[in-house]
Amino acid sequence: MIANSTGLANSALYLRRRLANGLFVVLSLGAAVFGLVWLTFILYALMKEGFSALSPTLFTLSTPPPGMPGGLANAIVGSVMMSLGAVIVGTPIGLFAGTYLAEYARHGRLAFVVRFVNDILLSTPSIITGLFIYQIVVVRMGHFSGLAGMLALTVIVIPVVVRTTENMLLLVPNGLREAASALGAPQNFVIKSVTWKAARAGIITGVLLAVARISGETAPLLFTALNNNFMSTRILEPMASLPAVIFQYALSPYADWHTLAWGGALLITLTVLALSIVARLLENKRT
Amino acid sequence: MFVACARCELPPHAGTVLLTDISLSDPSILAARAATAARSGAGDARFRAIALGAALLVLLIFAGVIGALIVGSMPAFKAFGLSFVVTEAWSPSREIFGALGPITGTLITSVLAMAIALPVGVGIAVFLTELCPRLLRRPIGIAIELLAGIPSILYGIWGLFIFAPWFQQHVQMPVIDALADVPVLNTLFGGAPYGIGIFTAGLILSIMILPFISAVTRDVLEAVPGVLKEASYGLGSTQWEVMWKVALPFSRVGIVGGAMLALGRALGESMAVTFVIGNAHHIASSLFAPGTSISAAIANEFSEATSTLYISSLIYLGLVLYVITFVVLVGALLLLRSLEKKAGK
Repeated sequence: MIANSTGLANSALYLRRRLANGLFVVLSLGAAVFGLVWLTFILYALMKEGFSALSPTLFTLSTPPPGMPGGLANAIVGSVMMSLGAVIVGTPIGLFAGTYLAEYARHGRLAFVVRFVNDILLSTPSIITGLFIYQIVVVRMGHFSGLAGMLALTVIVIPVVVRTTENMLLLVPNGLREAASALGAPQNFVIKSVTWKAARAGIITGVLLAVARISGETAPLLFTALNNNFMSTRILEPMASLPAVIFQYALSPYADWHTLAWGGALLITLTVLALSIVARLLENKRT
Repeated sequence: MFVACARCELPPHAGTVLLTDISLSDPSILAARAATAARSGAGDARFRAIALGAALLVLLIFAGVIGALIVGSMPAFKAFGLSFVVTEAWSPSREIFGALGPITGTLITSVLAMAIALPVGVGIAVFLTELCPRLLRRPIGIAIELLAGIPSILYGIWGLFIFAPWFQQHVQMPVIDALADVPVLNTLFGGAPYGIGIFTAGLILSIMILPFISAVTRDVLEAVPGVLKEASYGLGSTQWEVMWKVALPFSRVGIVGGAMLALGRALGESMAVTFVIGNAHHIASSLFAPGTSISAAIANEFSEATSTLYISSLIYLGLVLYVITFVVLVGALLLLRSLEKKAGK
C-alpha cells in the first residue's frame, strides 16, 4: 500500500517534470522562431520595396527635388569617399594601438587603461561621436563638411580595428616571436614580418567589419557632413551620404522620395551583407 | 645575427663563405655591425613610439569626447543647472529646455527592449546550444547573426513604413479595446492607436539587441564544461533542469555582462528609435503614446536648432546620455573582465 502511494507520487512528480521540460523546449523553440520571423519580415519588406527602386538611374542621377526623376549618385559617391577616408585614416591608428596592446605592454597598467577605454569607445553611442566631431571640427571650421563626417566615421573605425588587431595578435603563438628574436631580428622587424603576417587574415577581417559598421551609420553624419543635394567631391563642403539621404527622404511626405530611401537602404544592406560574407570566408580560411 | 650577416657583414667576394671565414674582430665588420645595431635600434624605438602614440591617441579621443560634451553643454548648464534633468518642459520658442521627457523615454524604451530581448535571446541561445538538431544549428545561428548585421537605419524605415501601420491595425486597436475596462492597464495601454510610439520603439530596439544577447549567451553556454551537464543528465535530470540548475547558474555572470552591453547599445541607439518614437517631449501615461528619447531628440532637432542655448541643451542631453551609458558599460566590462580572469586561472 505504502509502496503503491509513493509510486503514485513519483509518477506524478515525473509527469510534472516531463511537462515542465516540454514547456521549456516549446518556449525556446518559440524564441528561435520569434527571431527568425522578424528577420524574414524585415528582409521581405526590404526586397519588395528596395528592388522596385533599383534602376540604372539610381546610380547615375543625383538626389532630385520631389516629383522629379533622380537617383542616389551623389549620396553613393559621398558615402564611399567618407567611408574610404575613415578606413584609410583609422586603420593604421587602430593597427598600431592594437599592436601596442598585444606586443609591447600586454600586462602593463597603461595597456589596461587603454584596453578599457577602447572598449568604452567601441560601445559609445554613435550620436555622441557625432556631437564630439561637431564640437571640435564643425564649430571650429564654422560649417558642415565631408571632412567632419569622415572624421566622425574614423572615430568609430579606430576602436573596432584596435580590438580585432589585439585579439588576432594574441592568437599568434609566442614560439614564432621567440624564433624570430633568436635569429637576431629587432622587435619592430619581428612585428612587421612575423606577427602581422601571421595575423593578417584576422586583421583584414576586422577592417572589413569596421567598414560594415560605418556604412550604415547615420547619426554621426547628420550634423557633421550634413547633406548635399548636388554631386560634390569637395571634402571641405557639406557632403551627401546614403544614410543621411535615407533619413531625410524617409521622413518626408513624398512617395517618390520614400522609394529612393528604400533603394538606399537596400544598397547599404547588400554592402554590409557582402562585407560580412567576405569577412566570414576570410575567418574560415584562417582557422 | 646571421640574418643580418647576409645583408651587411659579409665581405663582398663571391663563392661559398664558411662561418669561420668571418672575422669577428675585423674593424670594418665591427663598424658595420655597430651601424646596423644603431639603425635597427633607432627603427625599433621609432616603431615603439608610433605604437605608443596610437595607443595614447585612443585615450585622447575618449578625453576629447568627454571634454567636447562638457564644453558644449556649458551654456545650458549655466542656464538650467542640474534641474535640467528633472524638468519636463521643452520649448524651443521660449528657450526653456528640460531633459526629463527624453530621459524617461530612453529608460522606458531600453527597459522594454531588455524585458523582451533578454528572455528571448537566452531562449534562442539555449535552443541553439542544447536542443537544435545539429543540421539546423549553423543556418539558424547565421540567420540570427544576420539580424545584427542589419543597419539600424533599415530598422528605422521598416519600423516607420511597414511595422507601425501593421502594429496599429493588428495589435494596438484590439489591445486598446480589450483593456478598455481593466483598471491600470487601460491607462498603460490606452489612448489613440498611433502605430508609432514608446512601445513600438522598445519593440524594435528589442529585435535589434536580440542577436547580441543570444551571441553572448551562446558563447558562455558553450563554455560550460560538458562533464557538468553529463553528470546532471546521468542523475536523471531533464533538459530543463540541466539548463536551469546547472548551465545557467554556471554562466550567469557572462549573461549579465552581455545583457548590460546590449543595454548600453539600446540606450544609445538613435536611428531605429527616431523614426518610430513620435518625437514628443511630453511624458504620457500610456506606452502606446508617442514620446522621445535622448538620441532621438538630438538626431531630430540638432540640425534645426538655431540658438546657442538650444544647441547647448541638446549637447547637454548628449552628456546625460553618455553618463548613463558609461555607468552601464563600465559595469558590464568589469563583470566580463572578472569572468575572463576567472577563466584564465
